[in-house]
Amino acid sequence: MESLQAGFLDFHSVYGFFDFFLPDGMDWLAFVLAGGLVSFIVINVMVMGTGLYTWFERRVIGRMQARLGPNRWGPFGLLQPIADVLKLMVKEDTVPALADRLVFNIAPVILLVPALLVIAIIPFGDDTFLGRLNIGVLFIIGITSVNTIAVLAGGWASRNKYAMIGAMRGVAMLVSYEVPMALSITGVVLIANSLSLFDVVAAQGVPFWLVQPLGFLVFMAAASAEMSRTPFDQIEAESELGAGYHTEYSGMKFAIFQLAEFMAPLVTSIIATVLFFSGTRGWDPIPGQIWFVLKVFVIMFALLWVRATWPRLRIDQIMAFAWKGLFAMALLNIFVVAVEVMLLQDPNTGALTTSDLWLMAAINWGVTVVTIAFMAKVFGSKQWERPVPTPSPLANMYAEAD
Amino acid sequence: MSEMKSEPVILNLGPQHPSTHGVFRLRVTFDGETVVDAEPVMGYLHRGSEKLAEGRSYVQIVTLTDRMDYTASMSNNLAYVSSVEKLAGIDVPERAQYIRVICAELQRIASHLMATGFLLNDLGALATPLMYCFRERERILDMFEMLCGARITLTYMRPGGVLQDAPAEFWPALNTFVNDFPGYLDEIESLISGNEIVLTRTRDVGILTDAQAINASITGPMLRAAGVQWDLRKANPYEIYDRLDFDIPIGALGDTFDRYMVRVLEMRESIKIVEQCIRDIPQGPIRTGTPYFIRPPAGDAYASVESPKGELGFYLVSDGGISPYRCHVRAPSFINITALRDMLVGWKMSDLIIIFGSIDIVLGEVDR
Repeated sequence: MESLQAGFLDFHSVYGFFDFFLPDGMDWLAFVLAGGLVSFIVINVMVMGTGLYTWFERRVIGRMQARLGPNRWGPFGLLQPIADVLKLMVKEDTVPALADRLVFNIAPVILLVPALLVIAIIPFGDDTFLGRLNIGVLFIIGITSVNTIAVLAGGWASRNKYAMIGAMRGVAMLVSYEVPMALSITGVVLIANSLSLFDVVAAQGVPFWLVQPLGFLVFMAAASAEMSRTPFDQIEAESELGAGYHTEYSGMKFAIFQLAEFMAPLVTSIIATVLFFSGTRGWDPIPGQIWFVLKVFVIMFALLWVRATWPRLRIDQIMAFAWKGLFAMALLNIFVVAVEVMLLQDPNTGALTTSDLWLMAAINWGVTVVTIAFMAKVFGSKQWERPVPTPSPLANMYAEAD
Repeated sequence: MSEMKSEPVILNLGPQHPSTHGVFRLRVTFDGETVVDAEPVMGYLHRGSEKLAEGRSYVQIVTLTDRMDYTASMSNNLAYVSSVEKLAGIDVPERAQYIRVICAELQRIASHLMATGFLLNDLGALATPLMYCFRERERILDMFEMLCGARITLTYMRPGGVLQDAPAEFWPALNTFVNDFPGYLDEIESLISGNEIVLTRTRDVGILTDAQAINASITGPMLRAAGVQWDLRKANPYEIYDRLDFDIPIGALGDTFDRYMVRVLEMRESIKIVEQCIRDIPQGPIRTGTPYFIRPPAGDAYASVESPKGELGFYLVSDGGISPYRCHVRAPSFINITALRDMLVGWKMSDLIIIFGSIDIVLGEVDR
């Protein structure tokens, strides 16, 4: 089975290590120890990475907003996330009197776990991965949809109208945006001819954001909606709903919500790196892991840029954008890519050569430019059709100046 | 398919809410996301300024006016001292009038910057435009600090003039600001005015027609955005505004975008006014000798100015004593929100926030 191939850092090599030292008949202990160790590593790396990311985000957005950002605690304010977490830990953990306690307590965990689970199957390097799943793409699409339940659970259990409105908006929005997201990933699967993330990376002789730019743009738009960040942050909408579905949360539960929320861009960047930016591939002297991290940082920066500059759309405009805009664009992308793949691929192996990919890139860029121009024509730029201001006849301040 | 049974939800927006710009409470009935009814509840910041004024001398009341519209203290001071001067018949030296106009226009820019920044914040722009607006507002506050040592509650104007002449370092700072500001305004506008999302959100949203605005006696940028060309600086010139050359920008539709745009255009006009004042300001005294305890003759007077929010007027009644018998404030913020319900009904919750934000109220002035 393909998923049993061992890597530099994965569950089976760790299991083998423990099994080697433990006496016979203690397999179960090796299993537990290996599982515990791997989970410990994943959770801590992700939590620390998210902590670093919050610092990065606050510094970058601070610079974009003509201010400094956190700079007091530690060099360049690097210890700020730790201070934040300590502060949240000592805060009182309140539960509203009428809240559904079980659902209320479990919601943050439901939100956090999928983000961590995704990491288990990501190829961080040719030999750095935890699990080699042969249906990785499907796993990602499935597991990232779970956060809808957490949003609804948190909002509903809080017994707060703001939280409820945020949760309802969240469910409508997250479910809608999963469709274009899954469709845009379908293009990747078609070209790679496989659902395994390793094959997807191996197939990217040309990075897929060049091969199918339309799919990439749809994916990024849908992903930023899935993360509920501007311009799609209707779930939280801090100027409208306070904090949206987690209005009533405090203390560590709030910290976990924040952690999951800040982990989302990290996870999204990682997924986008694997699917569209050729994962660990790069030029030789620098190892693949470094390339991976660099690409993740570039995508995170782009996401931050969008977050820092754009205002928010209204909920009905967001839904219209998903179903009338992104959905159509994703379908078109699938159609174009499918036709190209059918014509160009090797009939026996189903593989595409690099020159085939470059040809597809050329065609798809043309298609993308035309589509985006058409969409912009349909959806936007009615702004210059405003009438010329004319003074109202109801009042004339110059008439009385006698 | 039968309709699903649903019932409206009553939501209390405020008094603690990020977008109520203070302690304002709006009792909104929602049908899903759509506003069915909205009822403002006021008085959370009521401090009884009008009653307090009855126990203070005319000079002391200036400090009370600072705390009404705390984003535009200079305009409040100006409105109040004009009223006292009219009541007691005090003349103001020309240099003081020029300084007053400079201050009032700088305060208008500061207030409009704040309104614009917070409108964009309500739109969900994560404080980026707000920070750019505040960066410029900070420079105006620095200049106020040079004038009188305070930044927000200024108490710079006195019946009969201003507290003190502008110090030497004020004029170079003002010159630099006047030269730089149009460029910075272009920068802020380049972030906002052409943004597709801003236009989608604000265009045709929350329309207030000219007839509605006049019926509700709305003044200020809201009235001008509805297309009514009415500005007290032209309609009833006070101080030295009749000598200055400036335009009154108006909007076309009266929607939220027009209210934003009128404020931006007004800031450009204000810079023109300040430039002319710097050019024309004469030398001379800045205050006529008035006693600390002014005893105006018995009678009443009403004077109003075009504050950043609208027509700000003080009605003072004197019985010949050292403090007014009655002081009434015509607060533009208070009167401008009377049309709130007409503007809100039928729009979505997100629109409610930006329509409310585009009115630009300050709760210190609403509740006084």
